[in-house]
Amino acid sequence: MNGSGFTFDRWTPAGLRTVWTAAVLLAAFATAPLFLPATMVEKLTTLWIYILLAVVWNLLAGFAGLVSVGQQAFFGLSAYLTLRLVEWGLNPWLALVAAAFIAGAIAIPISLYALKLKGGEFAIATWVIAEVVRICVMFDPLVQGDTGNSLIALNAYAPDFRRDVTYWLGLVAMAGFLVLTFRVLRSKTGSAAQAVRDDEEAALSVGVSVMQTKRIIFVLAAFGTALAGSIWLASAITFLPRTNFGVQWTVFMLFMVLVGGLRTFEGPILGAVIFFVLQETFSSYGVWYLFGLGFIAIVFALALPDGLWGLIRKKRGGDLLPMGTLLRQVSVEKEAA
Amino acid sequence: MLDAIIQGILLGGYYAILAAGLSLMLGVTRFLNLAHGDLAVLAAYLIIYLVATWHMPILWAIVLMLPVMGLLGWALQAFLFARTMKGGFLLPLLTTFGLGAVIQNGIYGVFSSDVKSLGNFIGNLAWASWKLPGHISVGKLPVYIFVASVVVLVSLQLLLSFTKLGRAMRATTLDEEAAELSGIDARRIQRATVAIAMVLAGLAGAALAMRSLINPYTGPTQLIFAFEAVVIGGIGSLWGTLAGGIVLGIAQSLGAKISPQLFQLFGHLVFLAVLWWRLKGSGSLGLGNLLRSLKGQSIKGESA
Repeated sequence: MNGSGFTFDRWTPAGLRTVWTAAVLLAAFATAPLFLPATMVEKLTTLWIYILLAVVWNLLAGFAGLVSVGQQAFFGLSAYLTLRLVEWGLNPWLALVAAAFIAGAIAIPISLYALKLKGGEFAIATWVIAEVVRICVMFDPLVQGDTGNSLIALNAYAPDFRRDVTYWLGLVAMAGFLVLTFRVLRSKTGSAAQAVRDDEEAALSVGVSVMQTKRIIFVLAAFGTALAGSIWLASAITFLPRTNFGVQWTVFMLFMVLVGGLRTFEGPILGAVIFFVLQETFSSYGVWYLFGLGFIAIVFALALPDGLWGLIRKKRGGDLLPMGTLLRQVSVEKEAA
Repeated sequence: MLDAIIQGILLGGYYAILAAGLSLMLGVTRFLNLAHGDLAVLAAYLIIYLVATWHMPILWAIVLMLPVMGLLGWALQAFLFARTMKGGFLLPLLTTFGLGAVIQNGIYGVFSSDVKSLGNFIGNLAWASWKLPGHISVGKLPVYIFVASVVVLVSLQLLLSFTKLGRAMRATTLDEEAAELSGIDARRIQRATVAIAMVLAGLAGAALAMRSLINPYTGPTQLIFAFEAVVIGGIGSLWGTLAGGIVLGIAQSLGAKISPQLFQLFGHLVFLAVLWWRLKGSGSLGLGNLLRSLKGQSIKGESA
């Protein structure tokens, strides 16, 4: 690239520091079950699920502009598929992971249909698809209609073992998706997705394959949401169709992403942590707590559409991780030398 | 079978009232109000409150509620929706979704989660029916609601066709900037539109509470049904909402005839099929345009 007189930089020293800090933090969290009390381990598992949900929904709605109100389809589907696979005799741990992969694969045919829609139509169609999936699942005698079922096969394992494995599963899934999302966003696909979001025809005109890009993001987000659904089932054990397929999951994702910062990498993580703390502190207030969540979401949409991370970014003058490419003009003397 | 079809047609009248408001907003303000169903349920709860606690005659309660809903719509557009509309289609969607959560849980907090209905306050109208030949009985209430929906749509049509406000609304729908250039205050027109849409939502809420049981979380399902009616009937077509509502109603009641769980599923499948059909076609919009295209009028194709 010297010929053009420019050099590219994809990493900054601050970005590398963030990566090392994150790696150390993750390593510390990986050892947490060895010394933390059981309730803390359970709570942290929930936090990993929230982060995973927020990060993938932001990838879908924030970065790719695919505002889905129906991600609960995959969250509930992988829980149901787990039960189904276990019923067919698969090991429950294997079933949890396999179910997420199958739910992710089911997102491919759904994407053929849903991705042709835009805006409000896409939002409602995904919601309707989630309802259709829920109604179909409820026809399976295993689910017993509204009654639901439980992953009792996991009770065969010692409670400590079960809790710790679920925790590690959650941690690995969350960390894996953070890395994956980061890499996708810095890749050609990530740039293409944002171009498609901002102007589909313009993106098409510069050679972006619109459908392919959308599909990659949609399926990836579905897989992430399905993984979260599996881990949720592993920690909650019970499967209730109206809860696991509930639209409130989308309300939560929306809240975390809006409060943390739409279209930022760091925002959803921050939003998930805030949501987790609010949930721990105020969820005993029941409906008024949920009322408050909706209210806060509206306030953020009105007053702070870039979320808290947007505010922090302005203060500190940049993100923790470099998303773009730093372009430097090589000085004339250097080029001569 | 015939019984189910008649029930479905009558149900379509209720959907048309709910869907007309949603469709009007989609056209003039260009965003989808995800709280539309919740606002209808809110109106229903307020009417039930007036009737049950203040012993107000039901008709009075509805007449009192409609201007209140209109004012609420005006205020929502002025203070909430208009501010989010600058940021593309994403923020209005998220805002109205958040508003839905606020309304649902607010209703729950104030009125508890008990199912409510106006059915107890309308005397024998709740179950009175006409007997048709062939052992078909047609409920009086659904017929009245259907007649009301036709009256509502005719009034809306007259408003859009012959009044200054209606002309301004149509102009804003077609081209907001051009409308402003011709001296129309588009923001005022949008506020008026949302006010009208909320009056319609209030009316739909009253109809819903009379014909069935409601709870604080009834709204989202009603929004889905309303949107399905809009899409099936063709976005932007007023009478299409009635056609769409009727098709949706028939699909649902035929499904329910086979099994109660199929009520929703059949409606959803018809909606998804119509969308699919539209995508496969030359971008023609739903049943309304399909009928128009059958009549031989040309449709401007959307670039896919």
